[in-house]
Amino acid sequence: MTNIVSGIRIVGDRTLKIVERIGAIASFLFSILIHSAASFKRFSLTIREVYFAGVQSLIIILVSGLFVGMVLGLQGHETLQRYGSEDSVGVLVALSLVRELGPVVSALLFASRAGSAITAEIGLMKATEQLSAMEMMAVNPISRVVAPRFWGGVISLPLLALLFSAMGIIGGYLIAVVLIGVDSGSFWSQMQSAVDFEHDIVNGIIKSLVFGVAISAIATFEGYEAPPTAEGVSGATTRTVVSSSLAVLALDLVLTAFMLKGWN
Amino acid sequence: MTNLVEIANLNFGYNSRLVLKGINLTVPKGSLVAIMGLSGCGKTTLLRLMGGQLRASEGTVTVAGEKLNDLSQAELYRFRRKLGMLFQFGALFTDLSVFDNVAFQMREHTDLSETFIQDLTLLKLNAVGLRGMHHMMPSELSGGMARRVALARAIALDPQLMLYDEPFTGLDPISLGVIGQLIRKLNDTLGTTSVLVTHDVQESLKIVDYIYFVSDGVIVAQGTPDEIRGSDLPFVHQFIWGEMDGPMPFHYPAQSLKHDLELMGG
Ligand SMILES: Nc1ncnc2c1ncn2[C@@H]1O[C@H](COP(=O)(O)OP(=O)(O)O)[C@@H](O)[C@H]1O
Ligand SMILES: [Mg+2]
Repeated sequence: MTNIVSGIRIVGDRTLKIVERIGAIASFLFSILIHSAASFKRFSLTIREVYFAGVQSLIIILVSGLFVGMVLGLQGHETLQRYGSEDSVGVLVALSLVRELGPVVSALLFASRAGSAITAEIGLMKATEQLSAMEMMAVNPISRVVAPRFWGGVISLPLLALLFSAMGIIGGYLIAVVLIGVDSGSFWSQMQSAVDFEHDIVNGIIKSLVFGVAISAIATFEGYEAPPTAEGVSGATTRTVVSSSLAVLALDLVLTAFMLKGWN
Repeated sequence: MTNLVEIANLNFGYNSRLVLKGINLTVPKGSLVAIMGLSGCGKTTLLRLMGGQLRASEGTVTVAGEKLNDLSQAELYRFRRKLGMLFQFGALFTDLSVFDNVAFQMREHTDLSETFIQDLTLLKLNAVGLRGMHHMMPSELSGGMARRVALARAIALDPQLMLYDEPFTGLDPISLGVIGQLIRKLNDTLGTTSVLVTHDVQESLKIVDYIYFVSDGVIVAQGTPDEIRGSDLPFVHQFIWGEMDGPMPFHYPAQSLKHDLELMGG
């Protein structure tokens, strides 16, 4: 009996902590937004972070995109040929990538590559008193350090997701057309007529924008709130990867549900 | 106004535990005042109160005529432009070069042209003897050099008040002497007022005008370097001469050695 009660208590306690944390991240996001003027007035600050976040993740995104596309080509062809419609493999590859795998997989990769780096960098700046020093120099660290990194992440993720999808389509093409011998003309033309710009591409971009906001908010929050010690920073880095990956998958479910239903 | 810093009846605690108790302290304009005490006695906390990073629980902190208790966040940011602070390990921005570190505040707070900023930055670096290193990154500097660059950065906008948090920590004896002399020289040539927090007695007695001793959050002694050297207060005596035992016992309270050893032996 006491076991059940204490079990329930632990679950309740954890739940409260999670809710509390989400609230803290939301209010942190709010303070980033109201301190974002400098990130746009001095856009070079943000561009620098786009460059860092983008370059850090570029190779892994391109390579993963290629592999995922190739696997899709293989699996798609295998399944479709049972129904005699292996010509549609291009459609399957493109839709899976643009709607789901591009935004989601690149977000997961981005979270573990760039997100963790952002957390570690901000956490170390805090641990070595650089943020305090900045505050003492009358410069707000949220507006000078956090906001540019946040916007850098938000801007670069959709671009990376598009690159991921493009590489994936190339991978699918290599497998289906070059290797297996699906007709190149029908591969492309079926893809072109089946992929809708608004429904598929724009929705994919919306997804990666939302993921970018979530990952960047979590990554900057964890860095900024990290205990100023070595263990504190490494723990925060791990939390960034775990919680932003979960956030991406949960948000994906919600967004997909709305997008398939058409938002209303 | 003859005192740049005035602290009256200050109490401060993180959470509910009081870290500073009934502090009264003044820093006359143009002087170099040291706050000494053992690690953890509340020295950094006292500096952060003067910089407005922490707010007094009770009592008042007045710096350069502004009562920090009453300032809003925006007013605090404006107030801090009168301040320079050297952090314990320099706290240089690791993603910026030496030059950009020193130029940081000029770029953030002034509309000076880039050529003017360049001249000014090189002059500040010259004042700490490191003009030739302006293109290096902080990770390439030795501890002593990093501390000097941080010093150049702190004086970039000619602050009225300089706060030094343990500027001597982790330095070799030569760098330590250099930093000490620089602190004194900059204070006098720039007409600044300085507060120096340290536990390095010998170095600071050479350069400061007045000393406050803090122990357990209370000021236990104060005076000029000569008065402090001649002090017969046991705490001050132990601190200055680095004696192992005194009011601060060498042994952390424990059960008798005999008792503990017998326990271990079974
Ligand atoms: N942010 C904080 N939260 C809670 N306690 C703190 C914090 N910073 C310092 N303390 C505590 O306050 C006391 C004084 O710390 P500090 O001012 O850093 O000492 P000093 O600089 O003299 O070594 C210490 O006991 C320390 O543990
Ligand atoms: Mg300290």
